[in-house]
Amino acid sequence: MFSDSKEKALLVKPMEKVPPFTLSPSSKVSSEWDQATPPLPFAISSLPALTIRGWLVSVGVSCVLAVVTLLVCLGFGTEPIPFSRIWSILVGALTGTESIRVGTDPTTVILLQVRLPRLLLAFFVGGSLAMVGVALQALLRNPLADPFIIGISSGAALGAAIALLFGVGVSVLSVSALPVCAFAGALLSLVIMYRISSVGFGFSIYTLLLAGVVLNAIFSAFIMFLTSVADPNRAFGMYAWLMGSLTGPDFPTLGVLALYLGMGLVILATQAQSLNLLTLGEETARSLGVEVERVKKLVFVAAALLTGAVVSFSGIIGFVGLVVPHAVRLVLSADHRLLLPAAGFVGGMFLMLADTVARTALSPSEFPVGVVTALVGGPVFLYLLTTRNLRVGM
Amino acid sequence: MMDSGNLLPGPAYGLRDVTFGYDARFRDHSESVLNAVTCSIDSGKILGILGPNGSGKSTLLKLLARVLCPRSGTIELFGDPLSRLSQVEVARQVALVPQETLQIFPFTLAEMVLMGRFPHHQGYGGWHWEDADDWRIAYQAMEDLDVTHLGSRLVTDVSGGERQRAVIARALTQEPQVLLLDEPTAFLDLHHQLDIARILRRLNRERGLTVILVSHDLNLASQYCDQLMMLHGGKIMEVGSPRDVLRPDLLESVYGCQVLVDRHPQSGLPRVSLPV
Repeated sequence: MFSDSKEKALLVKPMEKVPPFTLSPSSKVSSEWDQATPPLPFAISSLPALTIRGWLVSVGVSCVLAVVTLLVCLGFGTEPIPFSRIWSILVGALTGTESIRVGTDPTTVILLQVRLPRLLLAFFVGGSLAMVGVALQALLRNPLADPFIIGISSGAALGAAIALLFGVGVSVLSVSALPVCAFAGALLSLVIMYRISSVGFGFSIYTLLLAGVVLNAIFSAFIMFLTSVADPNRAFGMYAWLMGSLTGPDFPTLGVLALYLGMGLVILATQAQSLNLLTLGEETARSLGVEVERVKKLVFVAAALLTGAVVSFSGIIGFVGLVVPHAVRLVLSADHRLLLPAAGFVGGMFLMLADTVARTALSPSEFPVGVVTALVGGPVFLYLLTTRNLRVGM
Repeated sequence: MMDSGNLLPGPAYGLRDVTFGYDARFRDHSESVLNAVTCSIDSGKILGILGPNGSGKSTLLKLLARVLCPRSGTIELFGDPLSRLSQVEVARQVALVPQETLQIFPFTLAEMVLMGRFPHHQGYGGWHWEDADDWRIAYQAMEDLDVTHLGSRLVTDVSGGERQRAVIARALTQEPQVLLLDEPTAFLDLHHQLDIARILRRLNRERGLTVILVSHDLNLASQYCDQLMMLHGGKIMEVGSPRDVLRPDLLESVYGCQVLVDRHPQSGLPRVSLPV
């Protein structure tokens, strides 16, 4: 039973507070609005959410940083190239004054035909893996989802291995059969993973990780079986490829890769806002108007396209899709409209740097780039596994 | 008084023989969560859905939000069959506040509230950037729910009660005609329970918002709901005013325990207490 004073105490309205986003009230903003509706008590740019200006700035800065990283990485290698030389060669190649034909000048050849395509491949692969990570994390509502950890990359690798060993993708004309098989493998493992982790009571982090471990083991067993029955020469090449390597792409190959990545990218980009809502849970997303089944199918296909293409060109490179989205969320935003492109750029940068380390640390010999990403990503994964925030989803 | 612009004629919902079960293997109706529910839900009222655990309350709410679809029977929203409306068309009219909200990623509270504008900006593939109107609507909802000062906090960092209020703010940001709430006061302290109840009543009285809420709090429901619906075993046991529904005999048969019902000292509405 309420006494009068208690009742009055409860009646105190909690709403008469100073507007919390205390930045200068902007006359510019309010004048643009219909006078009949009251202006906001704060400037739009000060709000704690993503705006188009914030988006442009963040994406612009990441883009510039990616170009700077590329230029820096171009200089490193068995033969260091000074920046001024890099600049003149690149400008020359772009304007057509300096010939890029084989045999003109060793430095030009190294730069334009070895390092540049390799770094571009690293950029494409890293960016794609990071974006797949973002998409999978939203789809599975799990910040530990990564194409490598949950077995999507292994699925793609199995598809690619089948194509390689049975000669589906060997001839030049059918160069695209390899990514198609990898795509099929990635899609299969994605669907299996989704079915497993949605059984029972929502998505548990443990279910997902355990299922990922087992799925990885199964696919690896198939791949090992295939390599052991293959002839030794092919098997050795397969091992090198499986460990994740970025060696030896040429520009036509990069073009094919870019085509696959572009398709996956466009699909993901159109679903950015739906992915935001999907992180709230399927039922909530549905109640907010998201056609959940349609979005899921599109994201599945996009993630499988990106993973399939990347794995068929560079093997299994782990942890990029885990580390990069997490870092970008911390620094920039969890909004997928920004998270997807920013993670793309940062993932690209990350793998360019990792590959440069892999190329130069033990120069003149080099080791697989997957070693570097695992050494960076593994500890980050373990750290994430033990932090408080992740317990929410269990 | 109700704003005539939002006053819709006829019932908000019409349900006919609605049956639902979670597992498709349960063909037998005795296994279903809801069993041939037929009722009409008035617009512009506050309806409280009551019932013991597992009586199908939350399921009914999800069916009304079209988060789930009935196995058989029809649900009409303002005269249109729900099955013929798209998810977005439903979301423009109906907002759902779920019992629990998944918050894994570090969105700011303001970003989460702004997601309520999603159904109003469609166009597949097109990105919509929230404009001043979206912001104003979200800001007003955040003011109403007393979460504006938390706008820049991360949803992963705030307390359960703060998050719950933000989720209600997001639902209001949808500008719905019908607001569905599943245990809206479950995580809230007394102060905020009262706030939420008053806000819901104010929105109902001032804007004609139809409110349908599921609650275990019989007393709060008694004070703030115009009508109550008692569910038991997937069937409607009683619909009516709090005085009609909160009868000792009905409560005892549904909940299976003895209860005391007297009058609230201020409102004179039924007050339910447990025996010592």
